[in-house]
Amino acid sequence: MTSHNRNLVLKGGWDKVVNEMAMELDVFVGNTTIMDEEVYQLWLDGYTVNDAVKVRMEGGVLEECEASADVLLSDTMDQYRTFQMCERLLHSPAKLANQLLFQIPPHRQAVLIERYYTFDDAFVREVLGKKLSKGTKKDLDDISAKTAVTLKSCRRQFDNFKRVFKVVEELKGPLVENIRQHFLLSDKLARDYAAIVFFANNRFETGKRKLQYITFQDFAFCAGQLINNWTVGAVDNMVEDMDVDLDKEFLQELKELKVLITDKDLLDQHKSLVCTALRGKTKAFNEMEANFKNLSRGLVNIAAKLTNTKDVRDFFIDLVEKFIEPCRSDRWTAADMRLYLTHYTNSAHILDTFKHQVVWDRYMGVVKSCIFKMYHD
Amino acid sequence: MPGKLKAKIVAGRHLPVMDRASDLTDAFVEVKFGNTTFKTDVCPKSLNPQWNSEWFKFEVDDEDLQDEPLQITVLDHDTYSANDAIGKVYIDIDPLLCSEAASVISGWFPIYDTIHGIRGEINVLVKVELFNDLNRFRQSSCGVKFFCTTSIPRCYRVAMVHGFVEELVVNEDPEYQWIDRIRTPRASNEARQRLISLMSGELQRKIGLKVLEMGGNAVVGYLQCFDLEGESGLVVRAIGTACTLDKLSSGSAPNTTTHVHPNTAPASNACNSPSKDGKEPVFGEDVLSFSGPPTPFRALPTSSSSPPPFSPSKPCSRQSSSSDTDLSLTPKTGMGSGGSAGKEAGPLKTLLRQQTQTALEQREFPFFTLTSFPLGFLVHVGGVVSARSVKLLDRIHNPDEPETRDAWWEEIRQEIKSHAKALGCHAVVGYSESTSICEEVCILSASGTASILNPRYMREGCLDIGNTDHRFEEPSPPSCGFCHIPYDELNMPFPAQLTYCHHCRRQKVPDVLFTTIDMPSEAAVSGKGCLIQARLCRLKKKAQGEVNATVISNLLPFMEYELHTQLMNKLKLRNMNALFGLQIQISVGENMLLGLASATGVYLTALPAPGGIQIAGKTPIDLSNEHHILTIQKRINDTIAKNRELYQINPPELTEEVVGSPIPEPRQRSRLFRSHSESSDELSELDLSHGKKDAFVLEIDDTDAVEDIHSLLTDAPPPSGFYSCNTEIMPGIYNWTSAVQMFTSVRVFRLSNVNLTNQGLNKIFTDLCENLLKSFYFKLRSMIPCCLCHLNFTVAVPEDELIQVAVTAVAMTFDKDQTQERTADKPVTKGCSETEEQLQFPLELFADSSSTNTQTSSKISGVPESTGVSPRASSLDRCSPLPEGRSRSLRSNRSFGGGSVTVVKMTPLSFLPGTRIIKYLGIINMFFIRETTSLREEGGVSGFLHSFIAEVFAMVRAHVAALGGNAVVSYSMKECMLMENPHKNQAQCLINVSGDAVICVLETDQEPMSSTTSIGQTCTSGAT
Repeated sequence: MTSHNRNLVLKGGWDKVVNEMAMELDVFVGNTTIMDEEVYQLWLDGYTVNDAVKVRMEGGVLEECEASADVLLSDTMDQYRTFQMCERLLHSPAKLANQLLFQIPPHRQAVLIERYYTFDDAFVREVLGKKLSKGTKKDLDDISAKTAVTLKSCRRQFDNFKRVFKVVEELKGPLVENIRQHFLLSDKLARDYAAIVFFANNRFETGKRKLQYITFQDFAFCAGQLINNWTVGAVDNMVEDMDVDLDKEFLQELKELKVLITDKDLLDQHKSLVCTALRGKTKAFNEMEANFKNLSRGLVNIAAKLTNTKDVRDFFIDLVEKFIEPCRSDRWTAADMRLYLTHYTNSAHILDTFKHQVVWDRYMGVVKSCIFKMYHD
Repeated sequence: MPGKLKAKIVAGRHLPVMDRASDLTDAFVEVKFGNTTFKTDVCPKSLNPQWNSEWFKFEVDDEDLQDEPLQITVLDHDTYSANDAIGKVYIDIDPLLCSEAASVISGWFPIYDTIHGIRGEINVLVKVELFNDLNRFRQSSCGVKFFCTTSIPRCYRVAMVHGFVEELVVNEDPEYQWIDRIRTPRASNEARQRLISLMSGELQRKIGLKVLEMGGNAVVGYLQCFDLEGESGLVVRAIGTACTLDKLSSGSAPNTTTHVHPNTAPASNACNSPSKDGKEPVFGEDVLSFSGPPTPFRALPTSSSSPPPFSPSKPCSRQSSSSDTDLSLTPKTGMGSGGSAGKEAGPLKTLLRQQTQTALEQREFPFFTLTSFPLGFLVHVGGVVSARSVKLLDRIHNPDEPETRDAWWEEIRQEIKSHAKALGCHAVVGYSESTSICEEVCILSASGTASILNPRYMREGCLDIGNTDHRFEEPSPPSCGFCHIPYDELNMPFPAQLTYCHHCRRQKVPDVLFTTIDMPSEAAVSGKGCLIQARLCRLKKKAQGEVNATVISNLLPFMEYELHTQLMNKLKLRNMNALFGLQIQISVGENMLLGLASATGVYLTALPAPGGIQIAGKTPIDLSNEHHILTIQKRINDTIAKNRELYQINPPELTEEVVGSPIPEPRQRSRLFRSHSESSDELSELDLSHGKKDAFVLEIDDTDAVEDIHSLLTDAPPPSGFYSCNTEIMPGIYNWTSAVQMFTSVRVFRLSNVNLTNQGLNKIFTDLCENLLKSFYFKLRSMIPCCLCHLNFTVAVPEDELIQVAVTAVAMTFDKDQTQERTADKPVTKGCSETEEQLQFPLELFADSSSTNTQTSSKISGVPESTGVSPRASSLDRCSPLPEGRSRSLRSNRSFGGGSVTVVKMTPLSFLPGTRIIKYLGIINMFFIRETTSLREEGGVSGFLHSFIAEVFAMVRAHVAALGGNAVVSYSMKECMLMENPHKNQAQCLINVSGDAVICVLETDQEPMSSTTSIGQTCTSGAT
């Protein structure tokens, strides 16, 4: 559907050119496929041929090479055609390496793929955690208007998400590695895609106003933490969807942590251990002491509720509401946060009657690093 | 039963979805050779089927082996209805028939469908077992090697050049058979492709037989063409040069005579050849050269003798003055065999003449399709000879028989031969033939360079070149010898201005030299060369039959003349005095004729300096007009001066002046004087009294002339960092680096204005060509400093109001610093090393060619992930427009899982810079048809043709890779015929390409170049 529409866009431009120049046909084909990275980026960004020509002209490429506007137009058309012909291959990048139609040096293939799958942070932030369905696709117009990313580019990015999602859905083995191998992406980009897939699969809420300040990279980091520690794959690495679904057993076990807030003694003991450790080390000590029970209840309750899918979706919003916001209103610094959470986690080990050390560490390890990442303006 | 062909179908990949329901395909394969067909099992529900079939064996005659292609059809099995064809692969097995070429064909081939293009790939293994029945070989011509390359192939040594071979076969065009009305377009296209493949095979076999008859073992400069005559048939014809080639082995280093490289020291050349006779050079009043008719209109034959066939006009004969109207089938009196010898000046020449004469006399046509030659082969060059004739295709008596066409070509060749004789030459080199067809009219053209050759390569039993070296000692150094006139000064075939050779001062040279060959590597030049084009459109009335043919015949001489004048003016404007690689193409359409002449201009130091161009007005000069003339004159003088600087032309006179000539003889002083006056040209103060003498006078007597002068000045020089030429290499550039980018570009222009004038049309045509060049410079800007070599333009008038220009060329980078050390280290420049290599390079690599082959092929197909050969890698990185760190990290991060595609370089040249060809694997000659009924959906005609050309490249590369090769040299696109009907949403295109598949290795390496290292460079980037 999308590519069809793109064809129409290009053809419109083409007809216009024909009228202008009376050039019925104009092609240039190199034995090694010639691709200009600047034009490629313009194409990816969804510029029409004519707009791309304008941008290039403003870039001063003409003066540099004593060329005329006609030359630039002809070149841009050629390149757009080439990219369009390559697009089919970019959908399954492994094919690019062993197809015969275009002779492209390997390092250049890598660039083509990497760029094709690169997305705008503004765009991804809008669809992160949403179901990658037709319904969402219909909203792309609004997203395009909101993010100033062209609709064409939005469609490409959305289709990329969807394509990666579909492919890895059916694969066994580690998510990041699967993405990297199937789409030949760099480690960094593969991790980002893993985050997108993970968020889409678990439908984490990211769109609420309170979460707006969190960047995609923050979320991607959190996703990495969750994937590495809370999924099935963290314990068993040969199951389907191992990195996409959270470990159900673990989520069940999290209920046990409730004892930390339901058992009065345990709660007090925990508080005094933490306070002893913190005293004199931070200016926010008074607020910490005052808020300890509230904050602890917040974190433990989040853990205990994670068996419900609905509450999983609200994981990040809960973290913000139950923990980050109270701390922020008490003007904790990032260092305070670090200090507090470290002692909060470690002190639980010293509690004699608390038996769920392993689950606690698995939980707090992730929560701690997520909060560290999310605790900024 | 002299041969067994074995084929094995291994696997397929990327197949198209043929079953919409399952999104899969049930593929099987039919393998057909001759009338035998085998089938593989069906591989159900897979887009990447693994058949791993048994060996299908065909026991066949070697005659069939030569003619027939192996035909592989991939189909989708359908239980209930007919099986659907996915596509086909035709494999020419000819390379397997020659022991020195490939031994196995193995690799992935694109599956091609004439309607859908490439649809997946198939892995095939093909072998041939020939039974060693040598007598049988003589019946067919297995084992004769074919080369498209128009020079002696590297890694061979020529033992003997036998001469011209030609053949022509005719068949009914399937497109015009009655059955075509009821069959599908696909069936019709496939019938055509198959037929042409068969005919090519037959043609090659027949030519091979002729070669064997002559005692040769190879055809060099093999040029095959198709004439789609329409109703009257489909002609496949070929010409070539039969040779006996010896594979070079380390034992034979034939020619070790060192020769002074002319380019290194123009000054020393001057010293080498002290002038012994004090004769003052004669400057004629008229500056017209041998190749230009001085008063052409009078001399040119224009009458068309009916009845058809129309062959009256051979107006284009370069030696126009003596070319009369009737068929010059009989040599002219006085020019007859041996007759001219007596008139020659020196006894040496006579001796030479007689010797060669006998060697050549036996030949019907002493023609050579070669364009560059072993050192010493070419003795003198006379000039360009050409002939054209207009024929009516609907008057062929027996369209299915080749006789009529044979007679036509025979006629033309006779004419060429007699023109050459008139120039005092016994041979024609750089010979080629072409046609242009529009409806029932066909223009046949042939051209070449009349010359005198050293007979030692043509006599029997002269295998050892070294021995004969001194027997025909050249009277002149090789750097200028070829420029010396071959004809008798007192009995010149046309008026020309002769001077003493500026090198040796002993022989006469013309003031300008036009040739169709590459510049001899030993020639002494000053500065760089450049592409020079003359472009011309002539409207004509639409007409039919004889009337049409007469009109065309009458127009031809005018076009030839104007093209010639343009070339001459542009040459002088660039301050040069010789053209190489001249090709004049005249294309016929319903309502116009297009003429395009391309050549590479150079300044040969042996020839006199070109005079300027002087503008003259009408005799009664009114004042305003005079002012106008002065302005134009100034512009011209400025341009000349600028060009001299641009092309770095510093003729040796100037050097002499600086160095101080050791013997300032009177004559030299006079020449010094001349150069003084020339330098005054630069200051645009033209010494008119002097200018009268050797300046080229252009008269402005009407508006046409003004237009002409303007068009003369509109040709923009290439932007800095770029050079261009249409010959193999650029005179003046020696230190090529290894980056190459071959490309094909096609443009079609629609003439919208109905009331076009000749002038308007000329402007459009000129702009079309100029804009193409500008586009190339822009696209290839990241390769600077770079030279576009072998720029081959072909023009056509596919329909009323359409002008099509197709260009194939290669961009090559070179080192900007032409450092002294480099030339000192390696005095053999690229151009020169051709000869050196082919003559004396010791090939220690080959103990056993077959074992090497298996070794190399396995090397090539491997995945050279980590082959970062350091010298290459650096050049790759340098060229990579990416920021270095990034590209490296990307590369190291990733393994391109089984990126098993061999990189195949392609070039229209006979070599790849920085590499050595170690093996020729056979000729590539492919013909494809592509048709679409959904033109709009494919992105219009541009989209359609773009993908088709890319597909053709892909198929050529795949075939080369399957032969075990990694490059195609002497690649050319002979035909690109596009027909479109946008209203019906349809288009059809035919493309014919050819070249030589080779294995090459880096000059420093023993191994075939690894694929990761071999591309790179060529991608432009805006980031640069």
